[in-house]
Amino acid sequence: MTNSNISQRLLVVLCLLLLASAASARVTVENYGFPIQDRYVATVVGTPEGYEADLPKYIPFKKRWLNVFPDRKLPDLIWYGQEMIYSEALQDHPAPLIFLIAGTGAAHNGAKNFNMARAFYKAGFHVVSLSSPTYPNFVSSASSTGVVGDAQRDAADLYRVMEMIWKKLDGDIEVTSFSLTGYSLGAFNSAYVAKLDDERKSFNFRKVLLINPPVSLYNSISLLDRMTQNIPGGADNFNEFFDKLVKAFSKVYKDEDEIGGDFLYQAYKAMDLKDEELAALIGVSFRISSASLVFTSDVMTDYGYVKPKGLVLDRYADLTVYNQVASRLGFTDYYHDFFYPFYKADNPNITRDQFIASESLTEIADYLRNSPKITVMHNQNDIILEPGEIDFFNDVFGDRATIYPYGGHCGNMNYRDNVALMVSTFTRGAN
Amino acid sequence: MKSIMPRACALLAVALLAACSSAPPKPTPEPVYPEPVFSAERIVPEDSIAITTVYDPWEPMNMRIYNFNYHFDQWVFLPVVRGWQAVVPKPARTGVHNFFENFRDVRTMANSILQASPTKLMQSTGRVLVNSTIGLFGLIDVATSMGMAKPDEDFGQTLGRWGVPTGPYLVLPLLGPSNLRDGAAELPDFALQNYMQGNLLAKPVRATTFLFDSVDTRTNTSFRYYETGSAFEYQTVRWLYSTKRELDVEK
Repeated sequence: MTNSNISQRLLVVLCLLLLASAASARVTVENYGFPIQDRYVATVVGTPEGYEADLPKYIPFKKRWLNVFPDRKLPDLIWYGQEMIYSEALQDHPAPLIFLIAGTGAAHNGAKNFNMARAFYKAGFHVVSLSSPTYPNFVSSASSTGVVGDAQRDAADLYRVMEMIWKKLDGDIEVTSFSLTGYSLGAFNSAYVAKLDDERKSFNFRKVLLINPPVSLYNSISLLDRMTQNIPGGADNFNEFFDKLVKAFSKVYKDEDEIGGDFLYQAYKAMDLKDEELAALIGVSFRISSASLVFTSDVMTDYGYVKPKGLVLDRYADLTVYNQVASRLGFTDYYHDFFYPFYKADNPNITRDQFIASESLTEIADYLRNSPKITVMHNQNDIILEPGEIDFFNDVFGDRATIYPYGGHCGNMNYRDNVALMVSTFTRGAN
Repeated sequence: MKSIMPRACALLAVALLAACSSAPPKPTPEPVYPEPVFSAERIVPEDSIAITTVYDPWEPMNMRIYNFNYHFDQWVFLPVVRGWQAVVPKPARTGVHNFFENFRDVRTMANSILQASPTKLMQSTGRVLVNSTIGLFGLIDVATSMGMAKPDEDFGQTLGRWGVPTGPYLVLPLLGPSNLRDGAAELPDFALQNYMQGNLLAKPVRATTFLFDSVDTRTNTSFRYYETGSAFEYQTVRWLYSTKRELDVEK
């Protein structure tokens, strides 16, 4: 055997070893028992009954109100949006505290945040649960500009309310350490909040877990917008498509009396929807969120996006036209024709491409690479990632990334293995 | 009488004159606002009907009742609910809830007959029989523990079953989203429950049932007015309610 031969073989073995170690960070298909392999089905249906983590049905999950900007004068149309609403579930003994941040358009008490709250409360944490900055109540009460979606500004707004909430709680409860997690856009927000905390050090987060974050905001919203184009026969056939959905839905609804539990799974099985129809459904649900968000921002800032600039609407105004218009617009429209021009006013030199590039995790990749406290859970077949984007997480986080073979976008969040990892991420090494 | 007439005429004349003199033919110009980035003319096709459209000719009134319900919630309903939850222990509250649910099963029985639906009649009758006996006059929901299906039928669905259209959307004071058909149909359902409770309960208890029923219902309804913070909440709730009722009738 020649020397070169040996070194060649060594190289191969080394490569194999490297590959193996990279792969060991992933959960392999064989040992992952989440039952839905289709990415769209998993996203819509979530975790079917029998596969969910065993969580307490009741926890003391209480709504709280926070007046973030007492001097703010809201337009009459959104008079009810002055105070930010959040939830908390507190232990009656010293415990670590975890903040939860919801995903796009979702509330502090939405199903995903509530499930996480149940898991962490059960594991002995104080839980404080926040809405996404894209939730209309957050836009009106806690966003400093009224126009959300900017990574740094949203992080600063979130950090402000987290500090205020802690100020309210300090003295009433004893906290041993602080941690942070979020899913989807909330995971993206968490990364930027963690970075901000490393500068301001109010919390010194012990651990931060990102669940199914986007890499580039713009790529993800583009993917979601394109999904509405999957409606069979094009967007103009939306009504017929929707009718079909409702009819199919009612067929299942007849047999099962309660909505919830296994209902969605049964509904999906009975409806026999094609992937593109499911994708359209997901796209539509995002569009409903974006319509509310965009209109709230428009009213807050009087920008003149769908409401004519200067026109004052009162609390009983007829909003039919604005609802119709806003429902036909996607997040990308908002990005180009409202969000970007709005922030360009502060930053006249930034180009559209630079702006798009800056709203991403890539922008803070070095920070993420060098922050051992930040870990990631993601799915190989997440629908909000462009092909190849998933590699970002293996590359940047290394063995701090757990990539499941399937689960779609957040569909496996309540699967028992996922919940177990979620919780152990924060309990491991804690005292 | 005689003396009043001329004075009334004079007043009227003055009023008319005043009206004339104070209304010079000066057309108040509609304020002109700049076009928004996206206007309806630009992106909504002319003949398009949004799928979320619901027939709501009384929208201005409905929106005000919606707003009234919020304030009633804030000042009366929710404080009472909080008191109820603080004072009455959970098992007792569940008992009260089951008690009223048992009457709702009777309502389903009656409407199943009217809808000519033997399956639902059997299911609901079975529930009432079990819960009224083993379940101690409905205080314990034994039927659900036994896995018995719980259909939910009211007179609004019965009318829908026989083709009565919903009519305009209607927000009822205190009760919330409804429509003309379902709102009117509350009355016979309510009368039935009242009649049964009148026959079954002692007079002092009977007088308070309506109160307890309302508090129990609000306690078990998680919806809070305006909490989404979305300016489109009224429209979204209207659409969700209407779709849900459509499905209920088809069911």
